[in-house]
Amino acid sequence: MPDLYFGATDEATDAERAAVAEAIAGFGPVVVRESERLVHAGRARTMERRHLLLPALHALQRASGWISPGGLDHVCGELEVPPAEAYGVATFYHLFTHEPPTADDTVHVCDDVACRLFGAVDLIDDLRSEGHHVKASPCLGQCERGPAVMVQRTGRDDLTVTAVDGGPVTTAEVAVAIDTATSTPSVTLPQAGPQAGPQAGSDGLRLLARVGVVDPASLEDYRAHGGYRALEAALAMGGDRVIAEVTASGLSGRGGAAFPTGVKWRGVADQEGRPRHLVCNADESEPGTFKDRVVMEGDPFSLVEAMTVAGTAIGAEQGWLYIRGEYPVATARLHHAIDEAYAAGLLGDDVAGSGLRFDLMLRNGAGAYICGEETALFNSLEGKRGEPRNKPPFPTTYGLFGEPTAINNVETLVNVLPIVQMGGEAYAAEGTERSPGTKLFCLSGRVNRPGTYEVEFGATLRDLVDLAGGLVDGSEMRAVMLGGAAGSFVGPEALDMPLTLEDTRAAGASLGSGVIMVFDQNDDMVDTVRRIAEFFRDESCGQCVPCRVGTVRQEEVLVRLGRGSTIDDERDLLDDLATVMRDASICGLGQTASGAIRSAIELGLLDGMGAAGGGEGEGSR
Amino acid sequence: MNETAVSVSTMVELTLDGESVRVPEGSTILDACRREGIDTPTLCWAENLTPVNVCRVCVVEVEGSRVLVPSCSRKVEEGMVVATDTERVRTSRRMVYELLASSVEMDRAAPEVQAWMDHYGARPERMGDRSEIATQAQPVKVQDDLYVRDYERCILCYKCVEACGDDAQHTYAIATAGRGFDAHISTEHDVSLPDSACVYCGNCIGVCPTGALAFKTEHDMREAGTWDESRQSVATTVCSFCGVGCNLELHVQDERIVKVTSPADHSVTHGHLCIKGRFGWQHAHA
Repeated sequence: MPDLYFGATDEATDAERAAVAEAIAGFGPVVVRESERLVHAGRARTMERRHLLLPALHALQRASGWISPGGLDHVCGELEVPPAEAYGVATFYHLFTHEPPTADDTVHVCDDVACRLFGAVDLIDDLRSEGHHVKASPCLGQCERGPAVMVQRTGRDDLTVTAVDGGPVTTAEVAVAIDTATSTPSVTLPQAGPQAGPQAGSDGLRLLARVGVVDPASLEDYRAHGGYRALEAALAMGGDRVIAEVTASGLSGRGGAAFPTGVKWRGVADQEGRPRHLVCNADESEPGTFKDRVVMEGDPFSLVEAMTVAGTAIGAEQGWLYIRGEYPVATARLHHAIDEAYAAGLLGDDVAGSGLRFDLMLRNGAGAYICGEETALFNSLEGKRGEPRNKPPFPTTYGLFGEPTAINNVETLVNVLPIVQMGGEAYAAEGTERSPGTKLFCLSGRVNRPGTYEVEFGATLRDLVDLAGGLVDGSEMRAVMLGGAAGSFVGPEALDMPLTLEDTRAAGASLGSGVIMVFDQNDDMVDTVRRIAEFFRDESCGQCVPCRVGTVRQEEVLVRLGRGSTIDDERDLLDDLATVMRDASICGLGQTASGAIRSAIELGLLDGMGAAGGGEGEGSR
Repeated sequence: MNETAVSVSTMVELTLDGESVRVPEGSTILDACRREGIDTPTLCWAENLTPVNVCRVCVVEVEGSRVLVPSCSRKVEEGMVVATDTERVRTSRRMVYELLASSVEMDRAAPEVQAWMDHYGARPERMGDRSEIATQAQPVKVQDDLYVRDYERCILCYKCVEACGDDAQHTYAIATAGRGFDAHISTEHDVSLPDSACVYCGNCIGVCPTGALAFKTEHDMREAGTWDESRQSVATTVCSFCGVGCNLELHVQDERIVKVTSPADHSVTHGHLCIKGRFGWQHAHA
């Protein structure tokens, strides 16, 4: 037995033991040699199984509705993790609970920026009054049909609930979902299919071409719609050539940072002789973002194929797909797709007869926006707290388990399929010179047909809003949240701005994760901005001082503004908070936590809070 | 693996506050600053622990870097241009102190902390009235005869976790739990220290920079108003409990031992002790 001290006297239940055994099945116990018992070597060896901690915690939560002390001790014994460390990890994630459950089902209702425009707060009250156990949640990634609802269940699969008629979810629909134990079918693609309006242009769709068309559960159907031809082409051309095509395509990361994908891949491929990893970041949690969910739910095999192309190209034998815990449908479909791919010989020891090995492991997050930050995601996968690491060193040399790692967003990866098939140069001919290709945008808020849209780079904000059917009757555009909570607000004067990397950057904005959330003249911007501040305070990992305390103080300032304090009273403090968070935080969360709020002040959106005049840029950088 | 020191080290040239300097490869920016006599504040850094770069008070400006850089962990590179006293640096350092001091009791931190706060003109009171803003105020934890944990003084520097874990004791009795402003140092399920894996080596207390972790002797004397460092002397001796040869510093007030430490630069202890050296002195007063 491991040399660990267990203070708790509780025992794990049989259900908990069985669930944990299933979660870690296939990973044999680590044999620590006698000579390694002590200190560093022994510790390093036991850390080899530490990556099973997160799946084991999920198993506990699902088995008994909470992380019980006895269950946690059992996991610690199995994995040789000190209980204090495991407790630290378990309490990091908001989908894990630490009190005995009062109900079998916890209904998570999104009350974030988009959903609160559509009655989220009332729905929470109504569900509570009907006796449900309800938690208000940050963005659940279903902004096209808010208020979003996800049911976390004990002993059964989690559910997403959507309204049958496309309107807001009712309490009756939540009750039906819980009774029938089924997630309502969820992919809506207004650009194609029956909902398409007059502006729909589904012919040119590249990334979304199969969404809503192909059967997401059928490998055969995926093949019939052109699936796995890119992998065939990629294996024929070899890894170096694939990387060269990706580099020539000018593809850049779609998660927000826009780093050139080819450069990243080359960097990892060059680390020959070391084990390498490919990680797909599907922890899509930026408020207002749901594009990756649409791809994963509607065309799951495309992501498996794209990861296989990427992994074999960079010489990674292990791929990791990290899907946020709030996406049960995407998770189920990807699990199925991965199983099918293994069965068909498209994953594993000998990918499609190429002699190359590529294994793919799916892991779920557990309610932590910060785990979308690449190094926090590595720590989360490794079974540690999802705290970002200081960079450098960068993931290409020191990533997952300290080994060279390419980490890409879902949207970035699926772009690789057309690039391999049409060639990098042909791909680069589309879009604009500095933003080649197509981009997915997430339209939500006061537009007629919210949803995920794919357009060639160069389309303006107005084009996108028109594509989504324009503003709903009676709405006048007040502001647009561009790029998510980590992005910024722009006003109607930005409608003709082309949504490219270069044009948004020049305007001091950012494409971020492709969020376009439209607010009208009646929307409470004061409440929206305060909710954004609350989001960052909730989601800060707490590691570094500027973000841990700065996000708290920022929210307090916004609350004070609502109580009669004026922008002028608070301007110095807000400026200093923005400066320290942007300049001295470890990661992008703190560095961007003041951006949207600053832009809202500059646009005069907080005038109701006593903001002095609109359009002032003084004091901001 | 042989861990003998490399005697011939390559030198790296960088520009530090406008001066061209040469330091050994592998040095951190903080090492370079100290070598050149540039005084730099730190809170979470300690010479006997791995840098975690979380407090951000040592940040400096590095040319070509979009954001400020923690000097405690960032290694020097050839041709690096570093500035340690720019407006951006001063603002961030001042704000780190203001953010901490507005949420945590800092009055038992080392005197240089207050000196740095004065240096940068930190005014934590401008964050708002303490009764109206979020703070770490909470009752002190006294669960045994040796330790006191007063977490309203905790700045979450991770030093105690490191000393309990990989950097010294390998006991792993405490870790960071929770998230964001609610993040805190905890045993599993917040069980009391006697019920945890704690072995009472006192190494967490030894590295705590703010008095959040204290020996009960010190805590009781402070509560009684009798703690007076000006009346204390330090006697250096060698622990007699076993043959390892740990240096002890006996802090003595009014002819009574009030706490025991070990020098962080001591080749045997690196500042860390065990329960016997740290607490096994009561017989001296029997």
